[in-house]
Amino acid sequence: MTVPPSSAWTPRFGFRRSPSVLPGFGLTMGLTLTWLSLIILIPLAGVSIRSAGLGWEEFAMLAWDPRTVAALKLSFGAALAAAAINTVFGLLVAWVLVRYDFPGRKLVDAAIDLPFALPTAVAGLALTALCAPNGWIGSLLDPLGIKVAYTPAGVVIALVFIGLPFVVRTVQPVLADFDQDLEEAAATLGATRLQTIARVIMPALLPPLLTGFALAFARGVGEYGSIIFIAGNIPYRSEIAPLLIVIRLEEYNYAGATAIAAVMLVISFFLLLVINLLQGWNRRRSGLAV
Amino acid sequence: MTDVSLRTHAAFSSPVGERIRTRAALTVLALVFLALVLILPLAAVFTEALRKGAEPFFAALVEPDALEAVKLTLIVAAIAVPANLLFGLVASWAIAKFEFRGKSFLVTLIDLPFSVSPVISGLVYILLFGAQGFFGQWLAAHGIQIVFAVPGIVLATIFVTFPFVARQLIPLMEAQGTVDEEAALSLGATGFQTFRKVTLPNIKWALLYGVLLSNARAMGEFGAVSVVSGHIRGKTNTMPLHVEILYNEYNFVAAFAVASLLAFLALVTLVLKSALEWRYGGELAASGRH
Repeated sequence: MTVPPSSAWTPRFGFRRSPSVLPGFGLTMGLTLTWLSLIILIPLAGVSIRSAGLGWEEFAMLAWDPRTVAALKLSFGAALAAAAINTVFGLLVAWVLVRYDFPGRKLVDAAIDLPFALPTAVAGLALTALCAPNGWIGSLLDPLGIKVAYTPAGVVIALVFIGLPFVVRTVQPVLADFDQDLEEAAATLGATRLQTIARVIMPALLPPLLTGFALAFARGVGEYGSIIFIAGNIPYRSEIAPLLIVIRLEEYNYAGATAIAAVMLVISFFLLLVINLLQGWNRRRSGLAV
Repeated sequence: MTDVSLRTHAAFSSPVGERIRTRAALTVLALVFLALVLILPLAAVFTEALRKGAEPFFAALVEPDALEAVKLTLIVAAIAVPANLLFGLVASWAIAKFEFRGKSFLVTLIDLPFSVSPVISGLVYILLFGAQGFFGQWLAAHGIQIVFAVPGIVLATIFVTFPFVARQLIPLMEAQGTVDEEAALSLGATGFQTFRKVTLPNIKWALLYGVLLSNARAMGEFGAVSVVSGHIRGKTNTMPLHVEILYNEYNFVAAFAVASLLAFLALVTLVLKSALEWRYGGELAASGRH
């Protein structure tokens, strides 16, 4: 710890701040911390207090219940698969939007954010209607023996829809800011286009790609609304962890619900930490806040 | 401008671009993917809603339970969005205009709701205010109902929309610095005058942008609200919950009719959001896209 050089540092609300002539720090910081504690921190602390109250053995029993484990596996597995698909297609979409010009490019660019704007329940309904055996896509896949709706594949489809903008929107600004002189230099030094992409462009895109992947993954793990319609919700097979929390709550099994929530929260916080580190790396590499 | 130079590069075959055939193939692939993932689901909502013609469509929208759901959704958004607007302003003043230790940790805490499953966002309030919750007995004794009633829905909505305005404003206000405010103060303005006449005009479009996104989420939130609502028809059903109930009753046309209303809302949000980005891109720029 370094000692602040100036004596003007005043500890206030536990924060040491640099001197400033602007007023209102105490008031706004006080309000921020109060509101944050009331709405977010105290309610979230409730989950940990509840799970601590369960005792280790009961907690382990609830968390390692086979149905819970199956649900957690599906939530994480499907989120991982969807994030991987989105990383590939998100890069493709970002590349095409930044580098190529085509009619309607701005319109397509605006449409990328649809999954952010569309309520998840509506997305779930729409994807179910498409992928059901009599739907537009389902009726094409059904004769081939491919079932999407009411299977784990449906969960992945829903998460691909939900996660796409995360990857596109993190990669896009970095790619747009990428200095094309570097590509020209590589080309004049005799690199083929593929070599330039692999050795010059991809290293710069790696941090935003990983960040986008992690954001899409984190969102997918907790996703509920868009999945429950298309998944069919068969226990041990296509039942996601957030749905199991809801089922436990409806059974008034608060302990069971809390145990699943605690496991998910611990993993989410870990993911949040990873995302923060990735974003820091991203900023240092590209100088862009994404 | 990078954008212009990029496009002049793309206009002719250069060592830093792909061949025209590769370009066309990648563009078509990206557009087909986007059509499948984004456009088709949207089209499905409207098609399913109008499957039996206009009459059942409108009947589903003016039915009393649907109207109650619309009303509740509007009430919840009318409370949650201004609450987050005020919090966003207060928090971003404290965070962006002052230097203090623990700042990035505080920002992470504000972002927390993004990494928590919506179902858990609802669950935390059940654990606090439910019949078996920490304050359950006290609330019951005083005849106050929070969960399975409107206050719980409002709280859960505030939780999930918590970071939207603040995270939009903080990077922008940090980039703008404190020079303008210091000038106003040295000319004799009071703190509040400075905020209203100097800071607010600088951030108004970013503020509107944050409000827009937070409103879309508030009206469309499903998971968190579903957990705390209790699904009482005509009383604690928001529009997304009403959609689910209709769907589970196999009343598909009505479900998709209400869903199409939400999808329309999402489209309006997207149009306004894009308009803001195109018109005032520079004034939102420091805040990134999300």
